Amino acid sequence: MMHFEFPIEGGNFLKAGSASSQLKKILKQLNVDPRIIKRVVVAAYEAEVNVVAHAYRGIIMIDIDTSRICIQLVDEGPGIPDIGRAMQMGFSTASPEVREMGFGAGMGLPNIKSNSDELSITSEVGKGTTVKITNYLEQ
Amino acid sequence: MDNNTFHHALKIREDLCIGCSHCMNVCPTEAIRVKNGKSVLIAEKCIDCGECFRVCPVSAIIIDHDDFNRIFDYKYRVALIPSVFTGQFPDEISEKQIHSVMMELGFTHIYEVENGVEILVDAINKYAEQNPVQRPLISSFCPAVIRLIQVKFPSLVDNIIRVKPPLDISAGFIIREFAGSGIPAEEVGIFYVTPCAAKIAAIKDPVGESSSSISGVINMDFLFSKVLRQVKQKKSDTCAIPTSGELTARATCWSLTNGEASQLSGRCLAIDEIHNVIEFLEKIENEELNDIDYLELRACDESCAGGVLTTSNRFLTADRLRNRATNRDKAPVQKHPEGFRDISSEKQFLEDNISIDPIKPRSILMLDENMAEAMKKMDRVNRIMMLLPMVDCGICGAPSCQALAQDIVQNNAKIHQCIFIQKILEQKGEMSLEEGVSVMQDIWGFSKTNKYRDLKGI
Ligand code: SF4
Ligand code: SF4
Repeated sequence: MMHFEFPIEGGNFLKAGSASSQLKKILKQLNVDPRIIKRVVVAAYEAEVNVVAHAYRGIIMIDIDTSRICIQLVDEGPGIPDIGRAMQMGFSTASPEVREMGFGAGMGLPNIKSNSDELSITSEVGKGTTVKITNYLEQ
Repeated sequence: MDNNTFHHALKIREDLCIGCSHCMNVCPTEAIRVKNGKSVLIAEKCIDCGECFRVCPVSAIIIDHDDFNRIFDYKYRVALIPSVFTGQFPDEISEKQIHSVMMELGFTHIYEVENGVEILVDAINKYAEQNPVQRPLISSFCPAVIRLIQVKFPSLVDNIIRVKPPLDISAGFIIREFAGSGIPAEEVGIFYVTPCAAKIAAIKDPVGESSSSISGVINMDFLFSKVLRQVKQKKSDTCAIPTSGELTARATCWSLTNGEASQLSGRCLAIDEIHNVIEFLEKIENEELNDIDYLELRACDESCAGGVLTTSNRFLTADRLRNRATNRDKAPVQKHPEGFRDISSEKQFLEDNISIDPIKPRSILMLDENMAEAMKKMDRVNRIMMLLPMVDCGICGAPSCQALAQDIVQNNAKIHQCIFIQKILEQKGEMSLEEGVSVMQDIWGFSKTNKYRDLKGI
């Protein structure tokens, strides 16, 4: 069982993706199947960019054992009022400014969902959001 | 061969190597260490990019090619030349002159590699149509990039198009042409004039193909001097008509940056130079970019015009080839009566044989095959990293603190190779001064560590 934590800075797109890159490096060193790495990293990247785009700050916590990879992103931010709606394909809460940078073009949550085996999202408006992504290693 | 698994044309000559560590510091895959005052190559990590060759101050890194006289083992001797070869020569030396001299040197035929491009363009577009989901597709052109993807980006191996590069298509055509005139393959020697070590590795140890139809390889810098000398000495004006036929404009520029990307359909990007390629592949791996159809990736700056075995300035070579492509249609082309037919006459056959096998990943990043073991090792690496100074000074004989930590965990190094740790061990009385010096000697050799010994003050 291994545990890693990386902070995420809200609003700093220069660093968006750096936590996911770290995660990718770790998984490659652990000889995780490249197809699983791809799913995990894509989901983590989308979730990380969401935190950068919408929240003030956040943290990504990664737990790895030989059976699964579990990623938890906890942020302090505006929260998601209607998670069901946010999950719909094509819906994004990204501001025009964020979209212009090529982020959050409606790919966010649905893309995370399709790249994770289990996804749970809890959110409190005005406080923040917690996204938990789990992928299993042996199917 | 160095090693049963990977052939590298690059060799470090121990007798010449001064152990300056320049090569170790530039290697993009951290494939070099210094031991006993000499650089040592780790075969499975090297991707044949040639970066080390470029920086060696004493030319101790050599690129092994075949003895030129081997061409005479064959009755028919074909020089397979890439367009950057003629691009090496100054403008006043014509292609015809170059070809004539090469015939005088002993070749019976000359064929330009990029003829294969005419078959390839349609094949790539067709491949893209037949594989609509896999995006971006990555070119199979540069063997150093293919090896880079295998070792550092294993999740992207399936993005590499499974279509032969122009070199293999043209070699296939030559053999077919000779066979058509009843000449058996044993009598035909095809010699490729290479701009880089990566192409040699691809020929001697093909990825995705079981064997190569090329009989031998000649380094471009070697043949360039040989030909140039002959031209200068004789002021040769014999003008053999090339047996190759004229290349089209797109074929002439194929091996330059944007040569592929400008000719294919969809959104195509061209990236050259190994660090740029690595940076871009990181993004592709994260799926940060999902609207790119095709990636032309080349290890060298200015692509093959900047190959490590080229002599001419890469920008001039590229410019010459572009001019050659623009002036293409101005003068009518003479055809050699016994020259090769147009490659399109064998289009069907070449297309039927254009596929290569899936390319297998062989990650150099994993710490262990077994994940539980790898986790233990990662834990140790992380603990060792906390003890190391993180200055990446290279005095331990490894290119970075991280590399040393991994070498230690893989039992290929000892922690006291770190000079910072050594000093502390000496201070704590856990290591004698003699032991410290001997550790340094094991890394840097006797001469470097003893220069100061007999001196008193400076
Ligand atoms: S050819 Fe490239 S990968 Fe191989 S040792 Fe030299 S710099 Fe490293
Ligand atoms: S860009 Fe061309 S010359 Fe350079 S390594 Fe690749 S194939 Fe060889």
